[in-house]
Amino acid sequence: MNDASKLQVTLPITPDTSAAVASSAMVREGEAAAGPDIKVAARNVDVFYGDKQAIKDVSVDIPERSVTAFIGPSGCGKSTFLRCINRMNDTIDGCRVTGEITLDGLDIHDPSLDVVELRARVGMVFQKPNPFPKSIYENVAYGPRIHGLARGRPELDEIVESSLRKAGLFEEVKDRLDGPGTGLSGGQQQRLCIARAIAVSPEVILMDEPCSALDPIATAKVEELIDELKANYAIIIVTHSMQQAARVSQQTAFFHLGVLAEIGSTQEIFTNPKDKRTQDYITGRFG
Amino acid sequence: MSVDNTVAEAGRPRLIRADRTRRRNAAETRFRIYGVVAIVISLAALVFLVLSILSNGLGAFSQTFIAFDVYLDPAVIDKNGNRNPEEMKKVTTIGYGNLLKKALAADLEARGVSTEGIPPKEVDGLLSKDAPAQLRDKVLADPGLVGQTIRFETYANGRIDGYFKGRVTMESARLDSNVSPEQLELADRMRAAGIVSVRFNWGFLFGPDASELRPEAAGLGIAIIGSAYMMMIVLVLALPIGVAASIYLEEFARQNAFTDVIEVNIANLAAVPSIVFGILGLALFINFLGLPQSAPIVGGLVLTLMTLPTIIIATRASLKAVPPSIREAALGVGASKMQTVFHHVLPLAMPGILTGTIIGLAQALGETAPLLLIGMVAFVRDFPGPPPEGFFDPAAALPVQVYNWTQRADPAFVERASGAIIVLLVFLLSMNIIAIILRRRFERRW
Repeated sequence: MNDASKLQVTLPITPDTSAAVASSAMVREGEAAAGPDIKVAARNVDVFYGDKQAIKDVSVDIPERSVTAFIGPSGCGKSTFLRCINRMNDTIDGCRVTGEITLDGLDIHDPSLDVVELRARVGMVFQKPNPFPKSIYENVAYGPRIHGLARGRPELDEIVESSLRKAGLFEEVKDRLDGPGTGLSGGQQQRLCIARAIAVSPEVILMDEPCSALDPIATAKVEELIDELKANYAIIIVTHSMQQAARVSQQTAFFHLGVLAEIGSTQEIFTNPKDKRTQDYITGRFG
Repeated sequence: MSVDNTVAEAGRPRLIRADRTRRRNAAETRFRIYGVVAIVISLAALVFLVLSILSNGLGAFSQTFIAFDVYLDPAVIDKNGNRNPEEMKKVTTIGYGNLLKKALAADLEARGVSTEGIPPKEVDGLLSKDAPAQLRDKVLADPGLVGQTIRFETYANGRIDGYFKGRVTMESARLDSNVSPEQLELADRMRAAGIVSVRFNWGFLFGPDASELRPEAAGLGIAIIGSAYMMMIVLVLALPIGVAASIYLEEFARQNAFTDVIEVNIANLAAVPSIVFGILGLALFINFLGLPQSAPIVGGLVLTLMTLPTIIIATRASLKAVPPSIREAALGVGASKMQTVFHHVLPLAMPGILTGTIIGLAQALGETAPLLLIGMVAFVRDFPGPPPEGFFDPAAALPVQVYNWTQRADPAFVERASGAIIVLLVFLLSMNIIAIILRRRFERRW
């Protein structure tokens, strides 16, 4: 909690400071071990679907090795913004993103950057568990295989096992790695998807309402997993459950009607929100 | 005490309005009856169709044969006596016809089959008009036979064949200038003597077509080869082009006015009457590109154009049916667009694509109109060569052969046309079964 509050960003950020942050991030890149850094920084991001503006002027810093929660009522743009970070919005016709998003100080919209590389570094877990209709093993092995992360089968086996272990699934599925991934229960499928995301050794993991299709027990397991994963990854989670945001995150951003209404340490947002809209939302007056 | 809900009690509204409920239930009952009637009508039509084709066409698979000993007289067919096929070719079928005539008369006499009161010409008339040509081909293929006495089996004349199949009767023979009741009686006697027999006729499946005057010799061989060649061309061209076009349109192309126009046009293309494709083929492939007429290559190209919209529509539909979450999952782990499509989307869409392709092929197999325009109606006696050169040789096609035979005067061709329809239906049925098997095998749930 403590380090998250240190990294709190106050809004709005002027273009000058954003440039300064970006350049300082680049400087910091060399000394990443020095302490918790800003992993992802967004400055003045606007997203348009055709003529409709879905995101207005959002600037956010995502710290390394912690969990950031995006909360807000339906249609507020939190998922849209999340999908900007690994450029999943590129796949949607008529979607336009402006502004600057940096990963380790490098612009993700840089034309020289291959979006495939970006997505290998920024993994994603979706709302509905979506394992490939293949075996459990193949589900996890697919990413490392296409990125050429493993030389030979033993190395691949190792990646699959360690990814499944990190996702807390290995013990449950070790006897049926060749069984279909779609044959697992909903919670197991979602952890399989997390294992699949981890397998390509990303630096950031985006989670788009990962528990909304799960029962409370499976949800608890996934939350536990998120808590363990934050030791190694920067995690951004979009959630509709404020309890979940309070449980798993160190930093919380509240979105409302396409704008970032408030961002701060989770504790502060939930106990002492500065914005009226945040207060109304977390006290259940709307949303 | 039971409460009647349909009757209003004092001061209270009724819970159920009886007349409304009754009308609603009656409407539902009526609708069910309509549905059953519709199904019964279509089933009856199907049963009638199948039965009439089978009853007409099964006869085409068996044939009446006449077998007798023929002395291959060198004095007639190889006057120079040096067994050179090139020189022997000078002897026409007339020479062989005389040989057969003598041989048949001698054989009948030897077996004690009486030909009394029947002119020699009519005895000879029991044989197919194709018989001399068959004997000539046989001798030219193996000149060593000359001078020997061989057992020669040939088709009986179509009328005699019809007599054994019940198509020709004594009464109809009396009115028919092509056959006399005496000939039929002779045929009966010959059958009793074992000279005439009725059995399965491979010649119908593998032989070439024959002229108007010899229905008994007409076969489907060239039509089957022609259709098979065209299907090969359609499969090789339409499947990759159609699938590539669909993948591009569905997965890569931006959704804009241009792709909308293409989409509408593909749908329209599927509705264009097939004869229009024939005109296109005639103008483009034959007149402009100078490809040969009656050739499977042209038929295959025309049918490819016709099949493409079917394949594209089916492929796009099955690509669309793959849930977007699979694409997102693949993109999410850093697969490129192309890897996403080829590793995940295409395998899942495969059953639908294969089904669409086979339906398209089946449509193409049964298509007649465009083939008429590019000259596939021609009478072809020579088998096309092996592919790929054979694609440019003249050939027939199954449905066109059916059309051709129904045009001919001799009722024996009705039987053969129905037989050809049975062959066509067997091909279509087996293609559909393959489609079902492939779909089962490739189907995966997600």
